[in-house]
Amino acid sequence: MAQRAIREYDGKALFAKHWNEYFDGFHYPFKSVLVTSGEELKQKANEHGFEWLKQEPLVAKPDMLFGKRGKNGLVLFKVNKPGDVTLEDAAKWIDEKRSHDITLLSGQTGRLTHFIVEPFTPHTQDQEYYIAATTVGEDDVLYLSAEGGMEVEENWDKVNEVRIPIDLSDSDIEKAIKANIPSEIPEDKQAEFAAFAFAFYKFFRDLHFAYLEINPIVMLDNNEMAILDLVARLDDTAGFLMKDKWGDIEFPTPFGMEEKSPEEQAIAEADAKSGASLKLTILNPMGRIWTMVAGGGASVVYADTIADLAGVKDLANYGEYSGGPTTAETQFYAETIFDLMTRHKDPRGKILIIGGAIANFTDVAKTFTGIINALEKYADKLKEHNVKIYVRRGGPNYEKGLKDIKEAAEKLGLYIEVYGPETHITDIVRMAIEADKGDK
Amino acid sequence: MENRLFTKDTQAIFWNNNKSAIQRMLDYDYVIQREKPSVAAIVAPTSSNKFEKFFYGPDEIMVPVYRSTKEAKAAHPNADVLLNFASFRTAYDVTMEALDIGGFRVIMITAEGIPERLARIMNHRARKEGVTIIGPATVGAISPGAFKVANIGGTIENIVKSKLHRPGSCGLVTRSGGLFNELSNIIALNADGIAEGVAIGGDRYVGSVFIDHLLRMEQNPDVKYMILLGEVGGIEEYKVIEAVKSGKIKKPIIAWCIGTIAKHFSSGVQFGHAGASANAERETAEAKNAAMREAGIHVPTSFNDLPKVINEVYNKLKKEGVISEIEEPAVPEIPKYRRPKNFICTISDDRGEEATYAGFPISSVATPDTGKTIGDVISLLWFKKVYPRWAVDFIETVLKTVADHGPAVSGAHNAKVTARAGKSVVESLVTGLLTIGPRFGGAIDGAAYYFKYAYDNNMSPKEFVAYMKKQGIPIPGIGHRIKSVRNPDKRVEGLKKYAAEFFPSTSLLDYALEVEKETTAKKDNLILNVDGTIGILMVDMWRALGYREKEIDEFIKSGTLNAFFILGRTIGFIGHILDEKRLAMPMYRHPWDDILYDVQKAEEI
Repeated sequence: MAQRAIREYDGKALFAKHWNEYFDGFHYPFKSVLVTSGEELKQKANEHGFEWLKQEPLVAKPDMLFGKRGKNGLVLFKVNKPGDVTLEDAAKWIDEKRSHDITLLSGQTGRLTHFIVEPFTPHTQDQEYYIAATTVGEDDVLYLSAEGGMEVEENWDKVNEVRIPIDLSDSDIEKAIKANIPSEIPEDKQAEFAAFAFAFYKFFRDLHFAYLEINPIVMLDNNEMAILDLVARLDDTAGFLMKDKWGDIEFPTPFGMEEKSPEEQAIAEADAKSGASLKLTILNPMGRIWTMVAGGGASVVYADTIADLAGVKDLANYGEYSGGPTTAETQFYAETIFDLMTRHKDPRGKILIIGGAIANFTDVAKTFTGIINALEKYADKLKEHNVKIYVRRGGPNYEKGLKDIKEAAEKLGLYIEVYGPETHITDIVRMAIEADKGDK
Repeated sequence: MENRLFTKDTQAIFWNNNKSAIQRMLDYDYVIQREKPSVAAIVAPTSSNKFEKFFYGPDEIMVPVYRSTKEAKAAHPNADVLLNFASFRTAYDVTMEALDIGGFRVIMITAEGIPERLARIMNHRARKEGVTIIGPATVGAISPGAFKVANIGGTIENIVKSKLHRPGSCGLVTRSGGLFNELSNIIALNADGIAEGVAIGGDRYVGSVFIDHLLRMEQNPDVKYMILLGEVGGIEEYKVIEAVKSGKIKKPIIAWCIGTIAKHFSSGVQFGHAGASANAERETAEAKNAAMREAGIHVPTSFNDLPKVINEVYNKLKKEGVISEIEEPAVPEIPKYRRPKNFICTISDDRGEEATYAGFPISSVATPDTGKTIGDVISLLWFKKVYPRWAVDFIETVLKTVADHGPAVSGAHNAKVTARAGKSVVESLVTGLLTIGPRFGGAIDGAAYYFKYAYDNNMSPKEFVAYMKKQGIPIPGIGHRIKSVRNPDKRVEGLKKYAAEFFPSTSLLDYALEVEKETTAKKDNLILNVDGTIGILMVDMWRALGYREKEIDEFIKSGTLNAFFILGRTIGFIGHILDEKRLAMPMYRHPWDDILYDVQKAEEI
């Protein structure tokens, strides 16, 4: 649960959906499509309402949560001269771009899969403005500039900053915005821009955006607005309030990051269904040290310590289970990890850290029953991969939990060392790594 | 108090009936020998229970349950801590309502994942109003030896092991709740435990931050040094550095930020809590650890080294005489196996030398020389109070007035018929008693209910009569078969006279007499009858005795008024039954000619 980016297309769709409610007096045609291939684009052009794809010159660009698309040469707006891109050109360009891996200037590499296609909007540089909103410290901040377009970062001194404390009344917000309209905006446009900025802020606030930027926003004649480029992040914890307003919104994996593995996906789904917390990230599937740690803070401490003592290369996964998961949930979580760690053989064997702090309310015996069930199921595989298990845990019912897991593992013929709260939380990492080095 | 988060007198209202967490608090209370339980009340909006039972050591105690924070706070104005255990969907509303109500000094919020904007609004408002919010997404806080929030510290065994049952000398602040417990243990092993500890919570926007608590601890004389466990992400640690540099904090601080692992991975991996992700170089764990070290804060080389540093700082302060030796208090044992009791009794006790009525030995109320009468016994056993003489006498007047109304009323008739069938006294009596209900004897209840309802809702007598007509209900307690304005009921006259003389006030009776003027204007016999007078005067009696309107409503709802009728009329029923036994009349059979038979012949058999 956190602030998560959405696609440019989805951001624009949100604007369109709520336009009349917030931006009364302004006009936004929302001509925009999201496609994954040239073929899909051409089919879209045959649908009612999308005739403009055949009639107007187009702009195409990837829509995958990364910026600086212009600098990366990933915006198609001309073949010979600006504004001459046809449907056929756009489809061909999309198919070419998605046929091979792309490396961005920032270093991320990946395959382009999603593209946004829109009409080319003829306008002049002086019609381009910049507007953004986010939260800094305790306050919301609205950024306004007469200098739109991709040069805004170099013109940061021309950006006006409007600080908006969270308890400021609407009328004071409106006043603060009016007082901070960039003087470079032509006088006859200032009132309109202020009205738009006020509406923009309310839209940002009411729809629980964490970040919202339009760069540039183009003010055409007759109050027609063109949203040329948009970046947006939503606070996904507000999802339960925003069911209707957001609709079924997608939070895609950012470009260049590996898609979630099916196992990570399964844990994420179990997490969403449970009142407890289950998290799993695979850092290196070939890694030798696997962790199954209870608690958000403890899991970080274990990861820190493994990186310090063994190096980050050996750390296979990061994750945690906490908040009193049921026996079945814990078993599912354990099985997922055991399965992952017995896929690639390593002649040096592997280490499994079943760690955790002294629990506040999680019943250790109950969760350990889940781990024991998983151990029973995976005993042969764990032995085959020469897995050494180190356990450290405290909390409600820990004596029983520790005794049970020790007995079970020994009966199954697994190598196990078990420690309680008298042993320092991360000391099992030191023991495991020293034993591992001694073995060689 | 000012510089301490909690004291041994602090009491909380617990929002949500989280039985295991509340039990842990009460176990803690027992171990530290608190006088009052740390949970004054529970708020459970959908519960129909009035209280919940918990163990206090080997015994059980009851904690009252309310359906709203408002009611709970009104009944327990001194409880100035709200433990908000609502889910992420409702935690915001519960907090805002508590701020509206006022009188809360500390609000702890456990839910994880409250929408960020709502968390900011809530935190901002609390800060402005001087209310300390702990959380969201936290396990809470503890002042060892004084007060413990919910589950913090874990089981009672762990609490004693980690020396959280008596004050030590460390002020502890962490983000993580799980590691709070771990650190308490480390501090107990390497120093003398903690004086006050807070887990501020893992969400991005939490109400109170490290600096808020450390500044308070700086002023708290029980705290001799502080430990701060931070996390990658955010800039809260820099505020602490500022305070150290400017001399606002002079006590030694030991600090460590976890999450050094994050530097090895791109921003895509979320390590730990929602608040734990670095947006800039200075938010990384390394940068913060380095900056704290540079400011003179004791920073270990790794988390593994933390115990060593704690031990060094502690020993140095001890050597300097800042910290002195702590005498370990005796720890009362909590029985391993406790059985919840199936029954509760709050009126009498037969376990001692002599059985008691509401705490009074029977001999102190039974014999004539005590000056106590049956009315006194009723006030003790029914209301657990000693009622003043005028009220006791009124109760007895009521009992005497309702004792019998002749053999023809349905209850007495049923008792007589049963007795004639050869049944015993008890069988015949219950037959009579079972007749009592909405039509027979129910007017007392009904009169009290409707007249009070009209009075409480400021209906004029005219409006009340019109209201009842619209409802299609004859006004209970109004009307008599024979008696009328010109031929008043002597019993009613007697009751009215008694009330006028001895009751401190008779607000509802005065109102009822105004209503009577309205009804008798319509028909001469629509007078306030004896049932009505009794019901109404009972309400006046309770009002004069200082009961709240809500409590009186409860009496009416639970059938207390009816109980007076049942008790009084039992005297009459027994009289009729004994009369039948004496007369030895044969079995009764109702004559055919007194029954109208209207049965159709079957068409086909």
